[in-house]
This record gives sequence, C-alpha cells and structure tokens, in this order.
Amino acid sequence: MKVLVCVSNVPDTTTKVTFTNDNMEFNTAGVQFIINPYDEIALARAIELTEGGKGTVTIVNVGKADTEPTIRKALAIGADDAVRIDATPSDAYFVSYNIAEYARDKNFDLILTGRESIDYNGAQVAAMVGEFLDIPSFSIIKKVEFDGSIATVDREVEGGKEIINVSTPFVAGCAEGVAAARIPNMRGIMSARTKRLEVIAALESGQSTRIIKYEVPPQRSTVKIIPADEVGKLVELLHSEAKVI
Amino acid sequence: MSVLVYVEHAEGNFKKSALEIVSYSKAIADQLKTNLIALAIGNVSDENLTALGKYGAEKVLNVSDKKLDNFVNEAYSFVIADTAKQEAANVIVLSNTFSGKGLAPRLAVKLKADFVSGAIELPDIQNEKFVVKKTTFSGKAFAYVELLSSIKLITLTINSYQLIESAVSSKIVKISPEFRDSDFRATVKQVVRSNDKTPLPEAELVVSGGRGLKGPENWHLIEDLADALGAATACSKPVSDADWRPHEEHVGQTGISISPNLYIAIGISGAIQHLAGVSSSKTIVVINKDPEAPFFKAADYGIVGDAFEVVPKLIESIKEFKAQK
Ligand SMILES: Cc1cc2nc3c(=O)[nH]c(=O)nc-3n(C[C@H](O)[C@H](O)[C@H](O)COP(=O)(O)OP(=O)(O)OC[C@H]3O[C@@H](n4cnc5c(N)ncnc54)[C@H](O)[C@@H]3O)c2cc1C
Ligand SMILES: Nc1ncnc2c1ncn2[C@@H]1O[C@H](COP(=O)(O)O)[C@@H](O)[C@H]1O
Repeated sequence: MKVLVCVSNVPDTTTKVTFTNDNMEFNTAGVQFIINPYDEIALARAIELTEGGKGTVTIVNVGKADTEPTIRKALAIGADDAVRIDATPSDAYFVSYNIAEYARDKNFDLILTGRESIDYNGAQVAAMVGEFLDIPSFSIIKKVEFDGSIATVDREVEGGKEIINVSTPFVAGCAEGVAAARIPNMRGIMSARTKRLEVIAALESGQSTRIIKYEVPPQRSTVKIIPADEVGKLVELLHSEAKVI
Repeated sequence: MSVLVYVEHAEGNFKKSALEIVSYSKAIADQLKTNLIALAIGNVSDENLTALGKYGAEKVLNVSDKKLDNFVNEAYSFVIADTAKQEAANVIVLSNTFSGKGLAPRLAVKLKADFVSGAIELPDIQNEKFVVKKTTFSGKAFAYVELLSSIKLITLTINSYQLIESAVSSKIVKISPEFRDSDFRATVKQVVRSNDKTPLPEAELVVSGGRGLKGPENWHLIEDLADALGAATACSKPVSDADWRPHEEHVGQTGISISPNLYIAIGISGAIQHLAGVSSSKTIVVINKDPEAPFFKAADYGIVGDAFEVVPKLIESIKEFKAQK
C-alpha cells in the first residue's frame, strides 16, 4: 500500500501568539515549530499500515525551506521519503491544489491528513484534495482499517459516528483515536538524514483568500472569586449577571 | 444573485445550529439586498420546512431521494453545488459541524469559491469588499479573511449567532437533481448514536472535569452537575488519555473546540493547550483548590475550593434554583 501523509509545520502548542507588521503577520520570533499534532497521528497510522514491507509512506508538505526540520522529523519517525512543494502555504485551496496535482499520477492508495492544522484551523485540506482528485474524502475520522483494498472508516458525525466501507483510493483527516503518535528513535534520526527529500515547484492555483489582519482576543475582565461556602451566590450571578442559566 | 443556506436536520427536525445559520444568512441577504434560499436534503415535513420562513428563508428547497438517506459527502456536495448554480447563489452558508466540514471544502473546489471555515461574526461587506472574521491559532487569535472570488462560501461556528425572527412567507419547492454514480463510492454500514443528550460541540452549557477529580469513579460529580443544568460533559486531555472518559469529550488544542454560553471547569489547571479549545466560551467558571491555578486568569467566576466539597453543594444549589423557576 502506498500512503501519502500531508504534514503541516505549525507553532508549538505552548506558543504565545503575537503579530507584527501592523497585525498583518504572525510573529515567528522565538517560536518553535512542530509537526501539526494531528498529522503525527496520521503519520503513525500510515507507518502501522505499511510496516514490515507492506508498503511505503511519503510525506508531502507545502512550505518554504524553513519547514525542512519538520519534514526530517517525519522521516525520522518512519516515513520513507518526502516531497516539499516549494511555496508559502497561502491558503487551503492553494495547498490542496498543489498536493492533489502532485498526487494525481502517483497511484497512492490512501492520502492521510490531520483533521485540522492548529494554526489556521481550516479543516479544509482533506476534503479539498478529495474533490480535486474526485475521490471520496472523510474530514474527521477516528479509525481506519483495511481488509485488502476495502477500508472501514469510522467517521465522526453529529451525535455519534458512522462506520463506512470504502475502497481505495480516498482521503481521510485523522483525529485522536486513529493511532498513537510516535517519537523518533536514534536509528530513525540517523536514517532520516539520508532519506530522499525532493523539492518541487508549486503551481498557481488561480485563486486565493487573503488574511488582511489578525487580532488577539480581549482579556477577560478580572475573575470574580466567590467564597467556597457561598455557592448559591454563583448560581445567582450566573442567572442575573451572566444570564447563562 | 441570491444567498443559499444549507440546513442540516436530524430525522427531519432542524437543530438550533440550523436556525442560527438561517438567521445569519438572512442578515447577509439583507445586506446584499437579495433573497435567501434554504436547502434541506432528506425527508423533512412541509411543516418543518415552512418553519424556516420564520427566520427569513423566502424559498425552501427540498431534495428527498432514497439514495441520500445516508450522508454521503460527495453526493451531498454535488447536490448543494448544483443547487447553488441553479439559483445563481453568490454567497453560500453552511454550519461548521462535522458534516459541514466534510461538505464545504468540496463545494469550494466545485464552485471555485473563496472559502472561510469557522466564521464567528457576520461578514463585513463594504466598498465591494467581503471580509469574514474567524478564530485561528486554536482560539489564541482572530483572523480577518478577505474573500475575493465572485462566489463566497462560509461555514459558521456553532453558537456564534443569535436566532433572529424575521417572518417571511416561505415557498417550498421540491427538487430532484441528477446524481452521478461515482459519488456513491462510500457506503455507510452502520450509524452509531452516542447516548448523550446534547452533543458537546452544540451544547450551550458544558461541565468539564480534569485530573483534579482523581479518577473515573468520581465522575458522577461532573455528570450530576451537568444533569442538573441540562449541560453536556467534557474533560481535559490527560483524563481521556487515561481512559477515564471517552476521547470525544476531550477539549482543547488537540481535542475539540467549543464555544458554549457557559463552561464550568472543575479540577482543571488551565494549561494553554486546554484554554485553546474553550477560551471562546462566553462565560467561564473555574473550580480549583489551588488559588494560583492559571485557569483563574481566564475565568469570569471562580471558586477556590475542593471539588469534592464544592460540587455537591453546587448541584444542590442548582436544583433549588431550577425548582423555584
Ligand atoms: C502537544 C500538546 C497538546 C495538548 N493538547 C491538550 C488539549 O487539547 N486539551 C487539554 O486539556 N490538554 C492538552 N494538553 C495537555 C496540557 O498541557 C495539560 O497537561 C492538561 O490540560 C492538564 O490537564 P488537567 O488540568 O486536567 O490536569 P493538571 O494540570 O494535573 O491539573 C489538575 C488541577 O486540578 C486541581 N485540583 C487537584 N485536586 C483538586 C480538588 N480536590 N478540587 C479542585 N481542584 C483540584 C489542581 O490544583 C490542578 O490545577 C496538551 C499538551 C501538549 C504538549
Ligand atoms: N502546508 C501544508 N502542507 C502539507 N499539508 C498541509 C499543509 N497545510 C495543511 N496540511 C494538511 O491538511 C490538514 C488540515 O489542515 P487545514 O485544512 O489547514 O486545517 C493538516 O492536518 C495537514 O495534514
């Protein structure tokens, strides 16, 4: 089985988010970048499905050269090779178009993404890649298993889940439950240095949204502390002041 | 020109999130001085379809076909795109629910529409510009996204717009689009309903527990408080990692993001990754025995105390309050 895993390079989860250039740009100064946590789950599942000679895992990232440490980390965790599509990932449409065009003639059986990137929070790439390639997509899955070329996928839906049968190829956005993220071992780190990382030029997608400004949410007004033996007062405030009950 | 809103339903009944986006779309249609058209897929009674008029839908389209009994992303997005073309829709709105997340990106590609997911306010439409505010960086920031293409697509975050009545008389039109067989490659084998009364992403009130509760055997405190309030339950990541609670309850940067009217956090320290998923809650109450817990800085109301003492009293107090009403 040939699996393509889409990996995005995002600020570490502890990052204090600030902006520069008149709130038009994310301030990357001092920010540590990591593999998007959901993509780590996707990667772990891809490795499980192909381990022991059962297939290969290719990483694809749309990014400039600064994302290479993240790609190398994915290789260290266990992917076989990687492709970087050389461009600033301006929006999901552009990213998805480029991933789809790259994948189009490569016969991947399965394309995995994370359910969403923790920076842009679009949750768009999985379904867009599916549409560009005209293959089924599942935006948020909790499980994917194979019996030959037929997969069983658990998809998250309102108020429950659906168990679905689908044949390859398809795209799925991985959430918690699909696999446990792996950490690279020494051997992985050593071998990652020599694994193939191809850099290809990006294509124009012909369309793009534009972020014109960022804003940091206003601070909450200072907390009202209610004495532990006066919980009735809290109930009263939630009713009359906050008006939520 | 028109605004098209796709409304989800559960067994023929529209949920509040569906009425929210009808209200929201009506406001956009009014700004653009155009009509609002709603589309529902599946079996919905005429009475329920007509009721969408109460929130401003002038025309309500309904496709009911056996083939669409189960939700198939590809086929549903095909129907919505086809309808958008027929109705010359230039703004299309969906809920940012699980199904909305599956459908909208496919629609964006089919219609070559610029797309913002997870909008939290009405778009700012001025001087030919169309700018939508959304949450980014997992709740740590907002972004204003400009949509440039002639067709615009928005998914609206649940619980971020009020229901506004603007009674118009609505006309129901049954439509029967053509399908493509190739859109039915995925088959739903089984639908598993969780027995929760209110699914977490849609809940207006949420009671959440962290490691401070010590173990799953104490979760009756969270559940009883939730029951007393009519709230859904949630938890921090270590709690679901330890299997004290199911993973679908885990909120935060790597779990789900919620924006309920009320979030009550009990025995949760308030780590930045936890806050990422809940900081857009309208009111936050924190119960923690450590006065230095970082969560107090992000809260509106706090009680410094032992959950095992405070929560039972709070449950009683809520029950009394409800009984009086
Ligand atoms: C990449 C990454 C992603 C993450 N994503 C998430 C995420 O999505 N969601 C998430 O929640 N976490 C996430 N985390 C973990 C996060 O950093 C914290 O570790 C976690 O939120 C802590 O959970 P907690 O508050 O339940 O436990 P703790 O931090 O252990 O806090 C327990 C709290 O309970 C209080 N307490 C103890 N006993 C009592 C009592 N009897 N009564 C009242 N209070 C009491 C303590 O004072 C303490 O404040 C992530 C971490 C990483 C590295
Ligand atoms: N620049 C990128 N390069 C490769 N994959 C990406 C990129 N951005 C997003 N993805 C993938 O798409 C998923 C969803 O991202 P998003 O739609 O931005 O929320 C991520 O979890 C990644 O798997």
